[in-house]
Amino acid sequence: MPDLIAASGLVKIYKSRKSEVRALDGVDLNVPEGTVLGLLGPNGAGKTTTVRILATLLKPDAGHATIAGHDVVREPDAVRSLIGLSGQYAAVDENLTGSENLWLFGRLYRLRSAEAHARADELLEQFDLVDARDRVVKTYSGGMRRRLDLASALIGRPRLLILDEPTTGLDPRSRLGMWDVIRGLVRDGVTLLLTTQYLEEADELADMIAVVDHGKIIARGTADDLKSQVGGERIEVVVRDRASVEAARELLARDAGGDTTFDEHTRKLTVPAHGGAQTLVQVVRDFDDAGIHIDDIALRRPTLDDVFLALTGHATVADDLTADGRPSDGRAA
Amino acid sequence: MTANRTSAAGANRSRAGSAVTDGLLVGWRNLKRIPRIPELAIFAILQSIMFVLLFVFVFGGAIPIPGGGDYKQYLMPGIFAQTIVFAAATTAIGMTDDINKGIIDRFRSLPMSRTAVLTGRTFSDVIYNAGILVVLILTGFILGWRVESLPALIAGFALLLFFAYRMAWLGVWLGLNVPTVEVGQQVIFIVLFPITFISNVFVPLQGLPTWLQPFAEWNPTSTLTASLRQLWGNPSPVISDSLAATQPILVTIGWVVLIIAIFGPLGVRRYRSMSR
Repeated sequence: MPDLIAASGLVKIYKSRKSEVRALDGVDLNVPEGTVLGLLGPNGAGKTTTVRILATLLKPDAGHATIAGHDVVREPDAVRSLIGLSGQYAAVDENLTGSENLWLFGRLYRLRSAEAHARADELLEQFDLVDARDRVVKTYSGGMRRRLDLASALIGRPRLLILDEPTTGLDPRSRLGMWDVIRGLVRDGVTLLLTTQYLEEADELADMIAVVDHGKIIARGTADDLKSQVGGERIEVVVRDRASVEAARELLARDAGGDTTFDEHTRKLTVPAHGGAQTLVQVVRDFDDAGIHIDDIALRRPTLDDVFLALTGHATVADDLTADGRPSDGRAA
Repeated sequence: MTANRTSAAGANRSRAGSAVTDGLLVGWRNLKRIPRIPELAIFAILQSIMFVLLFVFVFGGAIPIPGGGDYKQYLMPGIFAQTIVFAAATTAIGMTDDINKGIIDRFRSLPMSRTAVLTGRTFSDVIYNAGILVVLILTGFILGWRVESLPALIAGFALLLFFAYRMAWLGVWLGLNVPTVEVGQQVIFIVLFPITFISNVFVPLQGLPTWLQPFAEWNPTSTLTASLRQLWGNPSPVISDSLAATQPILVTIGWVVLIIAIFGPLGVRRYRSMSR
């Protein structure tokens, strides 16, 4: 199946008086129709810039991209009729009601008035906004706004849905609700490009993940592929007495057979455990026999946080501002 | 707002047709907001009424009209003109606000006409200003201001709206060029204050220094005000026999056409270059 998104060598440079920020530094992307790509990275990594280029809102300085074969720079109108975009900041009109917003965007998407009304009703139903349909959006909660924003992106039944940090700023319950909604859309066969700074979110929703950092894609694969890059499961032990750290370390080395790391601050020892749960049982027995008191012990799978740390050498939370003091990944245009 | 019966994407709809439809849709959206933020219109009207009261009762007594005449009759056309000039601020701030709230990004990601956001904005702001003018004209009548005839009133009203359209395009361009609403407010008033006050709106030009008189006389705000005074039979003292003084209506129409011819394309170009 041909790729719905095909982008290669995308470069975007933001110039200011003093400095030059390479927001994108050669990004290649291919997303087959019917799949979900998660673009994962910290603030300022270049996720939003990538999305804005693919959504025809921004022109790349180099490279090119096509959506279903239509060039985003040369054929923006064709691209726009294929995509639905839901951004980081809920871009719906605060002073219109939910149903007025959807009708307006439907009409601008070239639906006839009756069609736009019907489609709006359908989406209000689907996104649990029926009760709020005639209220102005100003009175909506954050989660409701996001759902309306997503509904707006879907009004024209796009072949490609682009969601830029769909759950940033939502409370945990709204986030789970949003995930359900997105999973539902994916089940219905929409192709999805999703950006997120939450590793868990990419893990939950995406078929393939591309990790972005400093304008480059530094790794790609399934969540499992990425996790296996940092090794398998690991055992974490928190010892009660600092004095028993050395004994504990020796024990772990013998049972698990790998390099142990020790975090002074949390008194936590970490060791790769290739034997999984069996190793854990052995470790618990040996600690007990040796009389080493422990506060906590766990077998943990690597998270994408570990992946990120391993790949970039820094954690996922990065500086919010670029060199020129502008919100980095944001709406610089 | 008719759409041909075509495919779902309405591909056969002509470009011009969809530009008009989309412009009307954006205009509809802007107008829908007005009753939902009534403060905007209320304060615009109150501000103008405040100027009327201030000048009629406080400053007016100190401003003699060359050739005689009642200051109130002199002032009202100027107040209408001033209101329309200030309206550019509302347009600009509305535009900047839409950009900052991401609505413009939404519009730009839709397969809609690319000028519709601007034509819709200018169209709806003219309608909005028409509403404000009606309230002010009624207020003027209550205060004792009079015009010569109804046709003259209608002609003057039409000229005001034509001028409002020009101010809207200026406002759109300003709004597209400022980064935030706050900066917008500052910049706009720096632009609008000289246009408004170095004019014949509040004071006859005779009192201005000679070097400033030509600017004030040819200032579009002055020519508009002079046009209204002439049309309505309100006192309209002139300082020279220049075209601006003798044919203010013609000059005003010329100004409107010129400014739209400049700022219309500039605004559209700026809007399109947002993707850079």
